[in-house]
Parts: sequence; structure tokens; C-alpha cells
Amino acid sequence: MSFSSSPANSTNANLIQPTASSAVSLSHVSKIFGRFAALRDLSAEFAAGKLYAILGDNGAGKTTLLRAMVGLAPPTRGTVTVLATEDLRAATAEIGYMAHPTLLYEDMSGMENLRYFAALYGIRDDQPCQHAIHAVGLDPALTRRVGQYSQGMRQRLSLARALVHDPKILFLDEPFSNVDVVSAREMVHVLAHMRDLGKTVFIVTHQAALLQGVADEFVCMAAGQISARTRDLPVAQERSAPPARTTV
Amino acid sequence: MSLAEITRVSLAKDLRLEWRSKDAINSMLFFALLVVVIFSFSFDPTAEESRHIAGGLIWVAFLFAAVVALNQTWARELRNQVLDAYRVSPAPANALFISKAVGNFIFVAVLETLMAPLFMVFYNLRSIGPAYELVVVAILATWALVANGTFFAAMSIRTRSREVMLPLILFPISIPALLAMVSATTAILTGEGSARFWVVLLAVYDVVFTTVCLLLFETVLHAE
Repeated sequence: MSFSSSPANSTNANLIQPTASSAVSLSHVSKIFGRFAALRDLSAEFAAGKLYAILGDNGAGKTTLLRAMVGLAPPTRGTVTVLATEDLRAATAEIGYMAHPTLLYEDMSGMENLRYFAALYGIRDDQPCQHAIHAVGLDPALTRRVGQYSQGMRQRLSLARALVHDPKILFLDEPFSNVDVVSAREMVHVLAHMRDLGKTVFIVTHQAALLQGVADEFVCMAAGQISARTRDLPVAQERSAPPARTTV
Repeated sequence: MSLAEITRVSLAKDLRLEWRSKDAINSMLFFALLVVVIFSFSFDPTAEESRHIAGGLIWVAFLFAAVVALNQTWARELRNQVLDAYRVSPAPANALFISKAVGNFIFVAVLETLMAPLFMVFYNLRSIGPAYELVVVAILATWALVANGTFFAAMSIRTRSREVMLPLILFPISIPALLAMVSATTAILTGEGSARFWVVLLAVYDVVFTTVCLLLFETVLHAE
């Protein structure tokens, strides 16, 4: 047991004990921006092959935690270990990252984007790109530039970009924002399938209700710390879970 | 995938994006054209005077115009934070640097090819020295501008006023190269003295600064 103790932890009967086979482990991780501590002495272990939903209010530290785990925001203090290595550059081939911005070139088509990003992982043929783009429900033959895509299509293509090199761990920041309910459920289905294939999936979301019955664990964050880890959707989230937006 | 292969796909991507948007090349062309026209009206030099001042005019115009392309090349990577996708990939940092530098070299070379005839017309220029040496000077000088410029543009992309920051960092460090390129060009155009020393200085400058940029670029790319 290594995640930081807090009043919420000590009182919650659903707390989950971390397993030995960790995909990611955090040891006393703090991330400080100027005088603001986005993460505060955070320790936790996340087992491989599970789907984690990271919940919390705005400013709770969810995105910073995700960026620390992929190596984009190295911790001010503490260590992040991914797939048994602290050198996160060495683990990049096994990491898929989807950020809140799309991380896509707007003047290229979906397939052109995927081909380029696949090449960064040493993938030369089109098949993984087509497979990824099919998996998120887009058409590989679509020649329209990404700048002309709807917001929901961009989100799905962004997910395809994260999946294209078949990573062992997926870190997804708000993958369902601006996606219609049906598409969001399809995306959840894809992610659950990835988990069933043995991949570890981290999803930062404000739409926790979508992951009820799918997520192995809900990780609740508050003020830069993990306040609770539960198997079931936390009651507060269940009540306040907003309906999925329908912009597509 | 090798460094060369990732450099190739990154360069192809940059050329494709520029071909579609023409952001950098259009801005550079208009800027350089304005400089040529305004200077020609301001000075109205004779052919002899032109030979003496043209080296400075040409390279100052290209230097200022190149800054536009240098800023544009990284602005493209900041839109939608695409650079983060590269940073979390196993692709070598130097592949990105080389592809950007080569891409900028191509853009500035296109600009020089298009602007050179205009300079000749507006300033009534004709080389007295060996004209082919101008090509050597142009290649070395352009690389000196874009290698440093690409590196410092990458350094300044996270600053709030990066368009101002780049010239502030780049111009002082480019002074030795600027001196060499202007002196070499003037020596060739006027036929007074040899350009050899300045060409060698430019070549040394290119080797030293390209090496330093390659050694430091990974740190710059992964800096927060």
C-alpha cells in the first residue's frame, strides 16, 4: 500500500490494495508550478491490465498527474515508474497519450496524420493506421483535412493517434468531451476491449457515469492528492455526473 | 526507424503543410519584396555604389525575412500542441531539428532564388568577381541563418512574446556569420580582394553551431 493517506482513504471501505504487477507507480510525487502545487506528495501504484477512471474537480491535478506519468511534466520531487523503468523516455514506445488538445495537424487528412505519427514509432505500412481509424469509427478514405472535421471526429481521430502503435498503456485526457452519447459509448467499448486485451488504460474524465460498470477502479483526486480509490462510481460523481454533450 | 527515416518523414510533412498553407513562403516573399523596393527608392544608387552596399542589403533582407519562416515553422507545432505528440514518441529529437532546419533552408533558398533577379534589376547589379562563388556563399550563409534560427526559435516557442524574443536572441549570435556573408558577397560583387577567408569563416561557423545545436536540441525539446 503506497498511496498517500488522507481522511477519505482511511474511512472508505471500498479502498483497493495495489497489486505487485504495477504498470505505473508513483512515489512521493510533487509537481510545483511557481507557488502552486499541482500534485502534493502523491504515492500510488496502478496494476497492469486495468482501466482506471481519474475523477476530480477542475484544478484537482488530474491532467498534471497524466502529464507526469507520460513524461511531459517531470515531477519537482519524487519518482514516476512506468513499466518498471524510471527513465520514461525508454518507455515511450509502450505509451499512448491523448491530450485535451487534439495533437493533430489541421492541414492534413486523418490518414496523413496517422501515417506521420505511426512513422515516429517505426511503423511504415498503412494497416495499423487503417485498423486504428476503423476502431474509432472513422473512415480511412476520408480525404477531408482535420481542420474541417467536427469536434467529435477530431476527438476520435486523436484517440486513433494514441492507439496506432498498439501501446501497452493508454493515458487519455477527457476523451469523451464534445462527443455525442452514442459515439462516447462506442469509445468506451473500444477502451474496455483494449483493457480486455491486457492493456492498462487511464482515463481522465468529468463524465464518470459513462465508465460505470467498465472501469476497474475510480481514482478520485482533490487538491493534488488522491482522495479515494473505489471500485464503484463515487456517489458524489453519480449525482453530479453531467449528461454527455451532444454536439456531433 | 532510423534518424534519417524520421527526418525524411518529418521534412515531407513540413513541406506538405507549407505547400498547403504557404504561410511562411508568402510572408517571406512580401517582406523581402518590400525591403527591395523601399531601399531602391530610398538610395537610388549607381551601379558602382550598388556593388558596395548590395551585400549588406541582400543579407539583411534575407535575415529579417527568414525570421518569419523560423517563427512559422514552430508555430505549426504549437497549434493543438502537436509537439507533445512528438515528445512522447520514441523518435529522436535531432530528427525533428534536422528536418526543421532543412525545411527552413529550402524555404529561404526558394526566397533567395526568387529575389536574386529582383535585386539585380532594382540595383543594376553585375558581379565583377567569380559569380559561381556567390552560390557557395549563399548555401553556407543560408545554413548559418536557419540552423541557429531553428534552434533559437525552438527555445523561444514557450515564451510569451516569441516573435520578439527570436530576433533578440538570434541576431547578436549571428553577427559573425552576417559579417562573413556580407563581406564575402561584397568581395565577389566588387571583385576587390578574395572572398576565401570569409567563406572559410562561414563554413567553420556552420560546423560549430550545427554541432552545438545538435548536442543541445534534445534538452530544449524536452524542457518544460
